[in-house]
Amino acid sequence: MKFRLLLLCCLFLGGQLAAQDYFPDNDSVKEQNTNYTAFTGATIYVTPTKVLKNATLVIRDGKVVSVGTNVTVPQNSIIVDASGTTIYPSFIDPYTEFGVKKAERAQGGGRSPQYSPSRAGFYWNDHIMPEYNAIADFKFDNKTAATMRKAGFGVVGAHRNDGIAQGTGVLVALNSKGDDADRVLNTAAGQYFSFDRSVASRQSYPTSLMGAMALLRQMYHDMRWYEAGNSNTTDRSLEALIEKKGMYAVFNAGDKGNDLRADKVGDQFGIQYVIVGGGDEYEAIADIKATKATYILPINFPDAYDVSNPYQADYVTLADMRNWNQAPANPKIMADNGVSFAFTTYDLKSAADFKGKLMKAIQYGLDKTTALEALTTVPARIIGMSETLGNLNPGAQANFLITSGDIFESSTTLYENWVQGTKNVINDRSVKDIRGTYTLMAGGKSYEMTLSGDAAKPKIEIAQGDTKFPAKLTYNDNWVIFSMTDEENNDIYRMTAAVVSSSNNLSGRLVLPNGRETSFNANQTAGPEEAEKEASGDNDEAPTMVDITYPNIGYGYSAVPQSQNILFKNATVWTGEADGILMSTDVLVRDGKIAAIGQNLSARGAKVIDATGKHLTAGIIDEHSHIAALAINEAGHNSSAEVTIEDVVDPEDIDIYRNLAGGVTSIQILHGSANPIGGRSAIIKLKWGESADNMIYNNTPKFIKFALGENVKQSNWQSYSRFPQTRMGVEQLYMNYFSRAKEYDAKKKSGANIRYDEELEVLAQILNGERFISCHSYVQSEINMLMKVAEKFNFRVNTFTHILEGYKVADKMAAHGVGGSTFSDWWAYKYEVNDAIPYNAAIMAREGVVVAINSDDGEMSRRLNQEAAKTIKYGGMSEEEAWKMVTLNPAKLLHIDDRVGSIKVGKDADLVLWTDNPLSVYARAQQTYIEGALFFDLDKDAAMRTAIQQERNTLIKMMLDDKGGKNGNKRRPGSRPKQRFTCETI
Amino acid sequence: MKNIFKFILALALIVSGNIYAQQTPGDAQSGAISITGATAHIGDGTVIENATIVFDNGVITALGDSSTPTQGTVVNASGKHIYPGIIAPAKSLGLVEVNAVRASDDQDELGDFIPHIRSLIAYNAESKVVESMRPNGVLIGQTTPQGGRISGTSSIVQFDAWNWEDAAIKEDDGIHLNWPRSFRRGRWWVGEPRGFQPNKDYADQVGEIASFMNNAKAYGTGKGAERNLAFEATVPLFSGGKTLYIYADGEKEIIDAVNWARDNGIQKYVIVGGYQAYKITDFLKRNNVPVLVSQTHALPNFQDDDYDLPYKLPKLLDDAGVLVGIQNADMSNFQTRNMAFYAGQVVGQGMDKERALQLITGNNAKILGIDDMYGTLAVGKSATLFVSEGDALDMRTNILTHIFIDGRAVSLETHQTELWKRYSNKYGQN
Repeated sequence: MKFRLLLLCCLFLGGQLAAQDYFPDNDSVKEQNTNYTAFTGATIYVTPTKVLKNATLVIRDGKVVSVGTNVTVPQNSIIVDASGTTIYPSFIDPYTEFGVKKAERAQGGGRSPQYSPSRAGFYWNDHIMPEYNAIADFKFDNKTAATMRKAGFGVVGAHRNDGIAQGTGVLVALNSKGDDADRVLNTAAGQYFSFDRSVASRQSYPTSLMGAMALLRQMYHDMRWYEAGNSNTTDRSLEALIEKKGMYAVFNAGDKGNDLRADKVGDQFGIQYVIVGGGDEYEAIADIKATKATYILPINFPDAYDVSNPYQADYVTLADMRNWNQAPANPKIMADNGVSFAFTTYDLKSAADFKGKLMKAIQYGLDKTTALEALTTVPARIIGMSETLGNLNPGAQANFLITSGDIFESSTTLYENWVQGTKNVINDRSVKDIRGTYTLMAGGKSYEMTLSGDAAKPKIEIAQGDTKFPAKLTYNDNWVIFSMTDEENNDIYRMTAAVVSSSNNLSGRLVLPNGRETSFNANQTAGPEEAEKEASGDNDEAPTMVDITYPNIGYGYSAVPQSQNILFKNATVWTGEADGILMSTDVLVRDGKIAAIGQNLSARGAKVIDATGKHLTAGIIDEHSHIAALAINEAGHNSSAEVTIEDVVDPEDIDIYRNLAGGVTSIQILHGSANPIGGRSAIIKLKWGESADNMIYNNTPKFIKFALGENVKQSNWQSYSRFPQTRMGVEQLYMNYFSRAKEYDAKKKSGANIRYDEELEVLAQILNGERFISCHSYVQSEINMLMKVAEKFNFRVNTFTHILEGYKVADKMAAHGVGGSTFSDWWAYKYEVNDAIPYNAAIMAREGVVVAINSDDGEMSRRLNQEAAKTIKYGGMSEEEAWKMVTLNPAKLLHIDDRVGSIKVGKDADLVLWTDNPLSVYARAQQTYIEGALFFDLDKDAAMRTAIQQERNTLIKMMLDDKGGKNGNKRRPGSRPKQRFTCETI
Repeated sequence: MKNIFKFILALALIVSGNIYAQQTPGDAQSGAISITGATAHIGDGTVIENATIVFDNGVITALGDSSTPTQGTVVNASGKHIYPGIIAPAKSLGLVEVNAVRASDDQDELGDFIPHIRSLIAYNAESKVVESMRPNGVLIGQTTPQGGRISGTSSIVQFDAWNWEDAAIKEDDGIHLNWPRSFRRGRWWVGEPRGFQPNKDYADQVGEIASFMNNAKAYGTGKGAERNLAFEATVPLFSGGKTLYIYADGEKEIIDAVNWARDNGIQKYVIVGGYQAYKITDFLKRNNVPVLVSQTHALPNFQDDDYDLPYKLPKLLDDAGVLVGIQNADMSNFQTRNMAFYAGQVVGQGMDKERALQLITGNNAKILGIDDMYGTLAVGKSATLFVSEGDALDMRTNILTHIFIDGRAVSLETHQTELWKRYSNKYGQN
């Protein structure tokens, strides 16, 4: 500590000496200006929390020399009287693309995808470019610098926002008067990352968010391996990544879910990213806080939608309306929860919009000190320049703002923005601020006049009661010239006045419409603050914020449902076990488990539900679903075992709620069918309102999707460049991958030094019986083939999904021990389903195959009970067996039948109360429970419908009242993207 | 269970007379047939318990309670249920066999305004998809071209025929118009976000329709103009010779479409889709517009909609007095065999079962203009009907034992039942 103090002192002393210039000068005699500049009498924010009144700031040579209330001003000082002003450290934006050339979009290529990288000597994937240095493409941009300075910024971090690993940025002072030698503060500032591919390369992989995550993980694995000297070839990307390891790393995540994803990748490799958020962090604040990351927050709060047309308003979701209402509270909620953040102008159209947005955050309750920290000390800390930036302590860069007062008031004028000791005038301080409200006396009549807006270029409004008169004003060189039109007879009144510092009133010459000259008077009735309020129509009241729900969309709950102890009385209980269907039976739920099944059970404090006339079943399990995911296919490679749907579970998909309304409680979200070897599954419970991680099963069984046939051969679209193109090729692809995985695993087990390969790790798990395959399949030849491949490698295929020709090889399937998860009645949509028959399930079941009925469809999934019933029509299954096809059988196939799938003491209380025989088309799920918590209820649903209508009305009214964004603009109605997936969605 | 299985198989054998006789259309009715003992669901909201139904020469000659005298061959259907054949509007059945196989696809011709394109002549009477309709009770369909603004002209066919001429019930019955959408989904493949956004071209697109129709109208009134096939095909809309099927889902689109059709002399028009029709039932009633809503097995269009809005939409319209039927134009053709269950779904929402049956029989016949012969069981109407073991609207019990189309006994067999039997036999399962 003492040492640091000493060091500080040295720095302080050093700051007083002129920096030694080593450049020869042939233009003149070599001279230096060693004068000081002293600003006296100002209120000075040395830091956001250290404020000095009537203080002096002394600077020289671009640095702060001293600051305080008792500062000795050196003799060779230019003294600036700054009394009445406030001085702040100027702002820092750590996340911009300032002056850095944008990446050029790759051209051409046609429809056939590019699978290989475009470069040699670099990483195997073009989207990984840690070797890139933004300084190489940096050109100081005077125009943007001026706009940024006007918004109060003095220093920006700049980088090229392109690719997954984007390389390093630069740190630049917005000093238009110096040159790059002065203003480039760091040529290698920070490493930057995102989940988005580079626009400069057409290399296919990764096509998905989960692919981008897997690629990042593999990149770090490869870095370690390379660093240990294991590679025989040179990889400039990995070398750069190794070299830059110590730099701060900024991750452009872009929304709350991706914030958590970025953090998860970082955690695996001991990296704490600084995360560029999306502004919706407030919706999952507990999880955001748990990342322990510092955030960089965009501030582009959405404008109100134009909902004046009710037909169009239908297209705006409640979630989007809420987002408009709630998003400005994001910074406050972050601050209230102790999450540290800086602000960025990054996604604003122009930095000129910054102050308006910032004011909105403050209006929503963001504390001003936190706001100032988010613009000074926090970004300084992020970029590792806390000593010299973001404060005005001696030794710091002389980057500061001189304002007319509190910078977080809309009426405050920013006079000057000094960068590196050079002065930039924003608004001339010598120009008197004439903004205010006035009583204008002209031509014997009295008018109300308001001057507002930019202090240097005020806007004028003149009115008489409700009548407004069009008016124009110019304000130059201490003269104000304005005119007013009386529209009734198109009379124009022209006025000029000299502005004097001694009076707040304006008086001068008036030229009447008839050309006669006389005089006018305008007496100020209130100052700038009042005028601003009047002009903007704002009041001091904080806006009403509607409640956040979980998830924060229509049908979200105000709190995540909690487990309760329940006694179902007198139900028809479909046990799914040897007991079959029990009439007039009670089921007791305790601590989320089924505690007892029997007659006349006593409640012992449990909530009693009269289930007379109702049917109670285990929750439905969908073996093949694609709801609740942000990506389904990673189509960039023919094998994608390294990706996992667990990375991209979307807990806010409304189809989760709709599935619950259909009695579904568990699903397997499978990777799609683009590749012979797909990605890993997520097996989740539909706990609506919980986070993605909390939905995933504890100790979840490990699954991976494989696929056969037309999709992996890419038969049904124009693609001829990827192996395999035939079923023959599919087999050999498996043979190759499994052989490699076997060798990899053997090598690893022998303790040899291997390159960690996430893809082969996953395949080795299959060989070792630790991971199960659910394989998309249609025709009998391919079904048979995969079983034989598995047998050659001494493992068993767990499930064939779709399996529409399973009935043709049901005996072989039974012998192999594989299950079948099929559609009830789909066929005819492509050539390979020509022989698909709805009797498939029944035939397979009779041959001893464990058979499930699945959906692969967000609509069908919510009435799987009916699909199960079709096995009665097609093939004559019994009702009990039919019911198992959507409960116990899929549970068996997913290896979760010890926990769910039937009503048995000790199993999870995932239960559905039906109004009718659950196999009947007439049955409705009245209540759906997961682990004893009520996640769907017809009564609650009815109440929410009303509440949603009311809340929509409230928000529509608020939006109609809203004055809009810049220039009164409102957003055209529309909705945020929502994509529904099936197997084939790429 | 195994017994039931055998029983079904046995019944199938009896009716078809030949296991592998699929696709062989039934012979013309050669003598009176009486079905007795079944619950007859008339298709107009009424039921006759323990009914006797007699038909001859393809036409129902008697229908009543058990006192009705029988004639000819008597089929004892005690404990079973008898229904009018289900009618599937707005489908490309017979125009495409395997969706992904381009060579088998004849449903969408080039061009935006092509009313002269006629589905009937491409209708494949031997389609394996069409035959799979029958064992579920779907016996009649409106085979309809797809795509474009005006897709073409449909015809109504029955599903047991040697060729398209045999199949035709009503030739060139209607023209199908896809009304523009005031909002459209983002074209993500050209870089737009995927969500809904206003369609800036809506007014222009509506204008194109008006312009086409005005030209057709002018063509119809003039003599001596050079022959124009597209206009010629359109002219009957102004005399009621054809019905205009207007596909529209949004409230605004429906209002615009109906106002336009009414004010431009279209004599008969039907809204197909009608997702938001429940918001404007008074308007629809006032204009006497029937609605063919989309299949109930659909997701809501909007995130904030009731989860069961598609389930209850037919009921909402019916309760308000709008004539409503069900179609499934948006689904793959094979799904049309689930028509009965689309109606069953509405019963779960509180609709009376007989009324729900009307949605796919009597009402659809009325809307398609074939109710003089089809859609309900009545003396003088076609004997197009089926017998089911149980309630045909429920998957559990929709198990057919007899099918008659225009009095002809129709095979219960299909490509699918053949494979079922072949492999059941292989495993010795039956």
